[in-house]
Amino acid sequence: MISQIFILSSKGDHLIYKDFRGEASKDSINVFYERVTALSGDQTPVVMAHKDLHFIHVKQGGLYWVASTKTNPSPFTIIEFLNRLAALTKDYCGSLSEKSVRMNFALIYELLDEMVDFGYIQTTSTDILKNFIQTEAVSSKPFSLFDLSNVGLFGAETQQSKVAPSVAASRPIMSSRGEQGGKNEIFVDVIERLSVVIGSKGVLMKSDIQGEIRIKCFLPTSSEMRIGLNEELSIGKSQLKGYSSAVRVDECRFHQAVKLDEFDTFRILKVCPSQGEQTVMQYQLCDELPCAPPFQLFPSVQKDYVNRVLIFLKLRCDLPPKSTALNVSITVPVPKGSVSMSQELSSPDQTAELQPKNKALLWEIPRFPGGAQLSALFKVDVPGLSSASLLEVGPVSMSFELAKQTCSGLQIRFLRLAPSQTGLSQRWVRYVTHSDSYTIRI
Amino acid sequence: MPYFGSEETVKELKRALSNPNVQADRLRYKNYISKVIRSVIQGLDVSTLFMDMVKASATVDIVQKKLVYLYMCTYASDKPDLALLAINTLRKYCADPNPMVRGLALSNMCNFRMPGMTEYIEQPIVAGLRDKASYVRRVAVLGCAKMHSLQPNTEIDGIIVNELYALLRDPDPVVVVNCLRALEEILKDEGGVVINKPIAHHLLNRMKDLDSWAQSEVLTFLLRYRPRSDDELFDVLSLLDSFLQSTHAHVAVATLRLFLHLASAHPAVQADALLCTSAPLLATCGAASRELRFAGLCHVQKVMRSQPGLFSTHYKRFFCGYSEPTYIKFHKMEILVELVNDENVALVLEELSSYCTDVSPELAQAAIAAIGRIARTYSEKCLDILTGLLALKQDHITSAVIQTFRDLVWFCPQSTAAVCQTVEVCVDSPQDSEQALLWLLGEHGEKISSAPYVMEGYVDGLKTELSLAVKMELLTTAVKMFLCRPAETQDMLGRLLHYCIEEESDVCVRDRALLYYRLLQRGVEETRKVVTGPKSDPSMSVLTERQEEPISQWASTFNTLGPLSGHDLCLQTAVISAADQPSNSTEKELLPGSKDVTLSSPNDTEEEISLSLGPPLSHETFEKMWLDLEILHRQTLGSPLPRTALDMLQAALQLVKIQTLAFTPGDTVPWKAYIYTRSTGTLILAELLQGDPQAPGSDESLVVSVKQQPVNQHAIRGFASILKSVLQTLNDDSS
Repeated sequence: MISQIFILSSKGDHLIYKDFRGEASKDSINVFYERVTALSGDQTPVVMAHKDLHFIHVKQGGLYWVASTKTNPSPFTIIEFLNRLAALTKDYCGSLSEKSVRMNFALIYELLDEMVDFGYIQTTSTDILKNFIQTEAVSSKPFSLFDLSNVGLFGAETQQSKVAPSVAASRPIMSSRGEQGGKNEIFVDVIERLSVVIGSKGVLMKSDIQGEIRIKCFLPTSSEMRIGLNEELSIGKSQLKGYSSAVRVDECRFHQAVKLDEFDTFRILKVCPSQGEQTVMQYQLCDELPCAPPFQLFPSVQKDYVNRVLIFLKLRCDLPPKSTALNVSITVPVPKGSVSMSQELSSPDQTAELQPKNKALLWEIPRFPGGAQLSALFKVDVPGLSSASLLEVGPVSMSFELAKQTCSGLQIRFLRLAPSQTGLSQRWVRYVTHSDSYTIRI
Repeated sequence: MPYFGSEETVKELKRALSNPNVQADRLRYKNYISKVIRSVIQGLDVSTLFMDMVKASATVDIVQKKLVYLYMCTYASDKPDLALLAINTLRKYCADPNPMVRGLALSNMCNFRMPGMTEYIEQPIVAGLRDKASYVRRVAVLGCAKMHSLQPNTEIDGIIVNELYALLRDPDPVVVVNCLRALEEILKDEGGVVINKPIAHHLLNRMKDLDSWAQSEVLTFLLRYRPRSDDELFDVLSLLDSFLQSTHAHVAVATLRLFLHLASAHPAVQADALLCTSAPLLATCGAASRELRFAGLCHVQKVMRSQPGLFSTHYKRFFCGYSEPTYIKFHKMEILVELVNDENVALVLEELSSYCTDVSPELAQAAIAAIGRIARTYSEKCLDILTGLLALKQDHITSAVIQTFRDLVWFCPQSTAAVCQTVEVCVDSPQDSEQALLWLLGEHGEKISSAPYVMEGYVDGLKTELSLAVKMELLTTAVKMFLCRPAETQDMLGRLLHYCIEEESDVCVRDRALLYYRLLQRGVEETRKVVTGPKSDPSMSVLTERQEEPISQWASTFNTLGPLSGHDLCLQTAVISAADQPSNSTEKELLPGSKDVTLSSPNDTEEEISLSLGPPLSHETFEKMWLDLEILHRQTLGSPLPRTALDMLQAALQLVKIQTLAFTPGDTVPWKAYIYTRSTGTLILAELLQGDPQAPGSDESLVVSVKQQPVNQHAIRGFASILKSVLQTLNDDSS
């Protein structure tokens, strides 16, 4: 059972504090903050003990979500509960930030009151909670980099009308009044996290996709929805692949509310979405990507003069020409003691900088169209350079975001709501792939 | 943290709240109430506003009500007299037609933590238990627990307990779970809620209606239930089978724990359950939330202690992502080391070696140590990597590599040659690995040609050396080097000893130097005997390499905070308790008796001898020595084999420092045991025998045959008398 729940800003300001059992002192917030900020890098912050009190926390949206307990509960339960609390807060307030939590404290207290009683979790389902939550959310306009994805190439308004503004999904689920309110929208997102290791000779060593289908529902009443996936989707390793078009995942798991009676034959998921965000399906795919990894790197590292390393990077994007990778950033470790760097980049919107503290150079490319190839030359000055220092260059790690693209090839064929709902509601399907970890060895 | 001018703020709020104009304007009024709550969160003391807030609670606006209740619950214990005023209104609301208002009032009334509340809340709670609305029943059930916690020492109200047990059949799933929770708290002193067969089966059948939180909690309660028969057990397990694959990690893990617990007598079932849950566990290891990832990794490590092979095909899932926090990377590396096998060793090593140049020195060093662990089995490949790292000439890397080398040489002697060759290169080693380097020089000085020059550097720089440990190690190294390469090091050793004895201010170093000095005075051979020990000890690997543990070892802490907090601490205590467990109980009984034995034994012998265990003896060595040596002494011990359990005998012998190597099962005839011990420089090997037809007159009594190397009759007599008294005591105890 949970003794207290509190939410702290990254600076340690108390945003929310609720004591459920009166067995721990209020002082424990400060104790927690002192402990968590005093930890060194290799210490584990997730569970900390102070006398007979345990603190379990998660960090989401730059905030600490902390539960304290005097018993020895299941860590999975507490961590998932805190994550759920953060997700619900996001649903109800629109976005997750210090500002939104501050502005909506009454709402969050109301939520907490219904979710937890005397330290015991009561319910976290939006269907039940919406009957009890009376406070209106105060929403702040969030700033999202994701907006970039909607700006067409060369500034032309391509398909603008067919694309939902990305801020649309980050609004409170319960704004009955208000400017955006009453819009019956439903968003179905296919989100994949890609983690790839490419060996030194360009060999794919590890590739791994963790994907999920997430629904964000703003419909006031829930009715059954049918989500059609690729018909040729096959599950499991054993099944033989017929033709190359087959989309395959190793294993998948569904939300308990999903009805699967038509899944085996037609690959249709039936679900009654409740308000807010929920994950209906999780899947993963290991080692056998259906397409080439999105980026290939052709590096060359040379010793130039006495104290200078030449790093020449050629980066090719193997996405289909219509797709674009966004916010690409490339981190290249450089030898210890690197002092300065000069660079030759191919276009002015790219940036590169040397970060001596992390012994790395960071190359950033805001947009990287599919099929393109970019190159960059870096000259790094390292006093006292030895030939062995060149071994310190690498592995290169990348982070990026691929909009309108899934690496597994999973697609949503259709999205149908029960007949009574159609006409009134707008349905959106979005695809996005994030790089969880993309490493290329040199 | 109180802000400056807080008094002003409170005054202003008070003025505003009591202003009739404000009270008339609902929005403004609510706004001020929000401000009060904001101050509460910021830590401002606004308890003086209690009266105004009580007034504000009389409203139809539920949001405002909730805010006021929040305020009241915070300050009720500070202002009990004023809180009583609020109670009457709250009790009135408990009879409101709106179930939400009823529930809200009841729940908040129970949250007033002040003495004397019981008399006001008891009646509404009892009424609430029978309310039509499930929302009110949920609140009322937990209200019972709250009421009990207000007066923990009062007698348990049997009526309420019975009512709660009856409510376990409530149609609302949350009410059911709340009943379990409330009963657990109320009956804490009696061992918590009773889970008998009807209740257990009822809960199992309701599992499907519960939400995931309730499921995992009920699964935890079910740990208490023991099915009567195997048939019932398998019925229970098959009902729960689907939950092993739940999308919610906490349900899957809670189910696994229950499986491991219930099927403790069926290892095959346990293994199946682990296999089933491996997919959800792996999924948590790659979850988006890093905290969940961490919890998953910690539990995977637990599982791997019994089933090391379970995850070996998924080793790539434990490669570190570059943006992951260090603490997750540490755990992943630990797992990778355990997963290494012939197929994946190349890829794992390639992955680990890429971490060795990480920005974080801690991570780099941990990666190097991990490669060192793998080197115990795959030494060649690892040595190449480690040697390559030395070329980077970075202090933290070199230092970690040298320390790894030291451990490696000790565990696998076959890598010595390669290591010695490499160590030649790293003459100027960084600060924290000096000790390791010196140790390597001392142990394997004859194979490292540059060893005397390296050491000379240290001897010359002795005056500026700060670390005591390095000085001590240097002394030992110098003596050892002198033994194998006297010509090159004699002068150096002389200077070193002179400095340490004459000029060194630290007593420990000085004493150590004097010790070596006296030793050298006895002659070189004498010194060699003392100083040079075995160069490596493969039997150590038994201690460091983890054996497959039975599942029961960790099942009890599975899905608790244990695996997450103080990972190392758990491990240690587990190992200790595992080692102690068999002897613990016997030790307590035996301790007084056996102490007497060792103390009173001198009446048999002229002089007390002391036995010691020393380094463990392997079966092969024992066998070889036993065959080589002749029996020096044979004696009947005058008492039969104790009828106590054999492990008790073993524990008792262990207490007087006699190690049992092997024995036949208790009821075989003839019964034999082989034991050994060490005493003042000799090794005593002995055989205990009972019921041997060839030995004269010994069908009842134990016969001991002793072999020894080198011979020391005095020690044998001492050993025999100690053995005799141990058996005597055991026989006395058991009769």
